[in-house]
Amino acid sequence: MMQRRDVVKTLLAERGNALVVAGLGSTAWDCTAAGDSPLTFPMWGAMGTAAMMGLGLALAQPSRRVLVITGDGEMLMGLGSLATVGVQKARNLAIAVIDNERYGETGMQETHTAHGVDLAGVARSCGFARTLLVREPGALEQACRLLHSDAGPALVQIKVRAEKLPLALPPREGALLKARFRRALLGEAADAE
Amino acid sequence: MSDWPLEAHRAFRQAGVSLVGYVPDAGHKRLIELCHADTALKTVRLTTEEEGIGLAAGGWLGGARSVLLMQSSGVGNCINALGMVRECRFPLLLLVTMRGEFGEFNPWQVPMGQATPAVLEAMGAVVHKIDAADEIAPALTAAARLAFDSYAAVAVLISQRVIGIKSFQEQAAQ
Repeated sequence: MMQRRDVVKTLLAERGNALVVAGLGSTAWDCTAAGDSPLTFPMWGAMGTAAMMGLGLALAQPSRRVLVITGDGEMLMGLGSLATVGVQKARNLAIAVIDNERYGETGMQETHTAHGVDLAGVARSCGFARTLLVREPGALEQACRLLHSDAGPALVQIKVRAEKLPLALPPREGALLKARFRRALLGEAADAE
Repeated sequence: MSDWPLEAHRAFRQAGVSLVGYVPDAGHKRLIELCHADTALKTVRLTTEEEGIGLAAGGWLGGARSVLLMQSSGVGNCINALGMVRECRFPLLLLVTMRGEFGEFNPWQVPMGQATPAVLEAMGAVVHKIDAADEIAPALTAAARLAFDSYAAVAVLISQRVIGIKSFQEQAAQ
């Protein structure tokens, strides 16, 4: 099984100028471990809304690639948002689900993906342009292509080992995370609005 | 009587709104149609209202102003996501058509309708209650300023007095 920190590091190594939303919990720590950036918005709450944060960002910034990196539990809580994203057909939006089949922050209880729920299949049924289930490191290159370059919306579900790793925490203050993101993206316009 | 959906649509445009998320309500029918017909607006149908909170927050991160249309029953679906709005000081503009409030015919609407202002205020939103059609657009203009210039979450609640649906038959005929 692949290790989640290696996977996220690989995905983010090729981010270029992509805008990143990190779903709460382990995926936010994974993104921080790979290198914090003002253009990464790590979520500390609002479970189930990461994909919609990505959609709002993708619609507001159609010329930029938007990458949502989130966990299976977080994605399951916002399953309806896959239908909403599928209908909008935002070509610049990609979602990577780091799937350890567990709720990692609450005692490693199994999620629905441990019991057969196929998130890539759901995304496909919702009209996503590209979907992929990844189990082996050999498929990560294809995953990166889907996430970074192919016309979306794309969803890549990547199976990883269920394990507790050392915390790698981004800044916690929400207003700071918002302000640094907008300044990095919009420059002076961020404060003129 | 004022054509409030047309005036509300105009108020959105004047406030610089470019993104509209909605879960339909009979009271929003015409406004939703106006938004979909306006190619300058990106109008997004949601499966549940809390998706709209994510949409608006993500839109603001990207520099876009948005508005969410929903019925009062949907306000309850937004509660946890409103915690993010408050913690991050995201601007948020909600236009809520009320049920369970004035002459309601469906008893299942009453608990959430009655709790709607308290729930919004408990999560830190400013609530403007509107009882007359000609007050809606001016309230939206002021609410948009409060939201986007003062980084507040603002909900404009349109009373059932304005919407005026009094029976299942009337609702079905909308």
